[in-house]
Amino acid sequence: MSDLLLTLLLTLDATLRVSSPLILAAMAGLFSERAGVVDIGLEGKMLAAAFAAASVAAVFGSPWLGLAAAIVASCCLALLHGFATITHRGDQIVSGVAINILAAGLTIILGLAWFHQGGLTPALNNESRFLSITLPYVEQLAFIPVLGPIYKELISGHNILVYVAFAVVPLVWWVVFRTRFGLRLRAVGENPKAVDTAGLSVIKLRYQALIVGGILCGIAGAYIGTAYNAQFTRDMTAGQGFIALAALIFGKWRPLTVMLACLLFGFLDALAVRLQGVQIEGFGVIPVQLIEAAPYILTVVLLAGFIGRAIPPKAVGTAYVKER
Amino acid sequence: MTMKKFAIELTDIDKRFGAVHANNKVCLQVTEGNIHGIIGENGAGKSTLMSILYGFYQADAGQIDVLGNTYTFTDSHHAIAAGIGMVHQHFMLVENFTVLENVILGTEGGELLAHGLAAARKELTRLGEEYGLKVDLDATIDTLSVGLQQRVEILKALYKGAKILILDEPTGVLTPQETVELFRIFSALKQQGVTIMLITHKLREIMSITDQVSVMRAGQMVAHRNTCDTDREELAELMVGRKVLLSVDKGAANVRAPLMRVSRLTVVDSQGVERLKDVSFELRAGEVLGVAGVSGNGQTELLEALAGIIPITQGHIEVLGMEMDNKHPLTPDILRGLGLAHVPEDRHRMGLITDFSASESALLGYHTDANINSGVWLSKAKVDANCQQLMQAFDVRPADPQLKSANFSGGNQQKLILGREMERNPEVLLIGQPTRGVDIGAIEFIHQRIIAMRDAGKAVLLVSVELEEIMSVSDRIIVLCDGAISGRINAEDADERTLGMMMANALDPIDPLQAMNDAKSSSNRTVQELDL
Repeated sequence: MSDLLLTLLLTLDATLRVSSPLILAAMAGLFSERAGVVDIGLEGKMLAAAFAAASVAAVFGSPWLGLAAAIVASCCLALLHGFATITHRGDQIVSGVAINILAAGLTIILGLAWFHQGGLTPALNNESRFLSITLPYVEQLAFIPVLGPIYKELISGHNILVYVAFAVVPLVWWVVFRTRFGLRLRAVGENPKAVDTAGLSVIKLRYQALIVGGILCGIAGAYIGTAYNAQFTRDMTAGQGFIALAALIFGKWRPLTVMLACLLFGFLDALAVRLQGVQIEGFGVIPVQLIEAAPYILTVVLLAGFIGRAIPPKAVGTAYVKER
Repeated sequence: MTMKKFAIELTDIDKRFGAVHANNKVCLQVTEGNIHGIIGENGAGKSTLMSILYGFYQADAGQIDVLGNTYTFTDSHHAIAAGIGMVHQHFMLVENFTVLENVILGTEGGELLAHGLAAARKELTRLGEEYGLKVDLDATIDTLSVGLQQRVEILKALYKGAKILILDEPTGVLTPQETVELFRIFSALKQQGVTIMLITHKLREIMSITDQVSVMRAGQMVAHRNTCDTDREELAELMVGRKVLLSVDKGAANVRAPLMRVSRLTVVDSQGVERLKDVSFELRAGEVLGVAGVSGNGQTELLEALAGIIPITQGHIEVLGMEMDNKHPLTPDILRGLGLAHVPEDRHRMGLITDFSASESALLGYHTDANINSGVWLSKAKVDANCQQLMQAFDVRPADPQLKSANFSGGNQQKLILGREMERNPEVLLIGQPTRGVDIGAIEFIHQRIIAMRDAGKAVLLVSVELEEIMSVSDRIIVLCDGAISGRINAEDADERTLGMMMANALDPIDPLQAMNDAKSSSNRTVQELDL
């Protein structure tokens, strides 16, 4: 087995792990924005969810309870966003930014008050985390050239939430494009008046979308707090909510392309780790800072015009007011 | 024959929006299977009343009976269930949805779409055949013409089981041919026992298609008439509350030298689309030149090119002794200085700034004039005095210079803009859609002012989609179709049929007036016979 294939597989394996929370968060944003509500608070919701998951898992020793807590925390913030922007027609950007600031501050203060570890939550033991799952027949199939290692290194050996993230994508597609809820969701983000005159409640639909987004964001946060890491550290989401938002735009609000965008960002991230300290002939070592900045530079470049016109849902960003 | 029952019975409907009494004890009875017109000026309360009937607003008091049952509608869902369908003036369609998706929105028939879509496809095909409402069910809305989009709205209502169809200003956006087609659909619907309520301010349509007509003024229902017992003059008087001159009173034009010469004007927009193609004409002192055409056939670009707002791609324009072409553009400011004034088509987008006070909107483009400045500062006193004077001269109500521009009615906003452009006595006046969304009383006033300018020896270019306006105000008419001039005619030789053919570039020789009358008198005939 060539080293090159193994290196590639390990990089792709890392890509999947890094992309999972991005995918979950981007799908959350997709529901929200398809319904006409800008969701710049993805970051804050994920952070709060990561904190809730890590705290509850540490105290009760169950990752599943942690996941439940993460979903509850994330949904609370989603409802807060809804209350400010749907019920009271506040500015969606301002409300989202407020949620990000609130989550950043609150997680540290609560962490200090509850655990007295400088804002960290206690390190989780293996029973309190989502651990890697080895899929069946890995060893038996390992002899098959190429496919065997792919199955073993790439597909097997992830925690359950990674599989959830990738299963969610077709599910989201199906819900958005094949169900009644999806039709109404898309309509309310394009032309809420059409929804209102059809005798449907714009407010109810938008709250429903935010709740679905809250659940997905909660799973993403639990992944960050209790699967990818083993404790909560301050600002541990590190801008992933914003990257997910960028992927949402990059993928033009369509589930499958959004997933591909998340994978691309995840791949760059994984590549950056792999390239650290690597000698390149005639150039020397690539500075770590440059590698780490690469995904963000690419994001800016891509969003600045390489993706063609991304047309957002028409009513996104505007509160619905019945006019006189 | 037993007496027909009422499809709609409204009793003492009352609705206030803050200080505005939008509906004041309104009563209305609509006979089942009739076409019932409701007319009134802007702000008379027609739309409010219909929104209440459609459950979009709740009345403060009063009773609603639909087909013999009393209802309290708290949202549109209830009205739809009671058999009411509404086609709004601005269509309530999701533009990137297909026709089918738009129709089933709200009545999907189950959690999953597949079944509902299939059922809807079958039902819509049937409806399409029964009423002659054919439309490609898989086309997305933004690819459809306005006339077809309206058809989708009607289908949507029928699909939801509407027995009573309310249409709010349905012909405002249609070509004469599309209007004929719509009226044919009305007849087919009537044949099947559907009750139609038509809200409009076009008296001619009321006269040609309705059975009964009700008139609203200032929130009250002021009259009910059988259409055959009334005429346009009476209805206009009832709407406005005083005698109104419907035709424009004007003498012969005293035409003098050309003030503007447009030669082979071509305009290509930023997307590379040719908006104007090789357009040439002269505009002479002492005449009104009308520009007719279906909306979006280059009228906007013509006005903006002549006013110096958008660049000319080819050709040149000679105006008031100056020349402009692609290499030598003139700015709107220079043109204004020469004596060319421009009343833009879209008053909210270009005519005024809705957030500004009236006095500020009244000086847009003229803010450097000496009579409103003192030194480097605008003189607030002079600005207000300027606006006050203008409001008096053009009868703008309320005559309050401090009031926000947005808070004036459409007609008064338009009079404010007309005042701004006319008061400085320009030699050439470009004017787009002067009476769009303007009340009938104000229309009379605006037409008189345009004729007065003409009689004072000025040159007026009038762009309008209202054929009646074009024919009655202009002296000569040019017709734009797809950016090119498709017809030239003297106003006295023009009739709706000829203009309609020119507008469609003679592809579709339908006589709109004749067809309208056909549609009306055909209630006893079958649909097939009606197919034009």
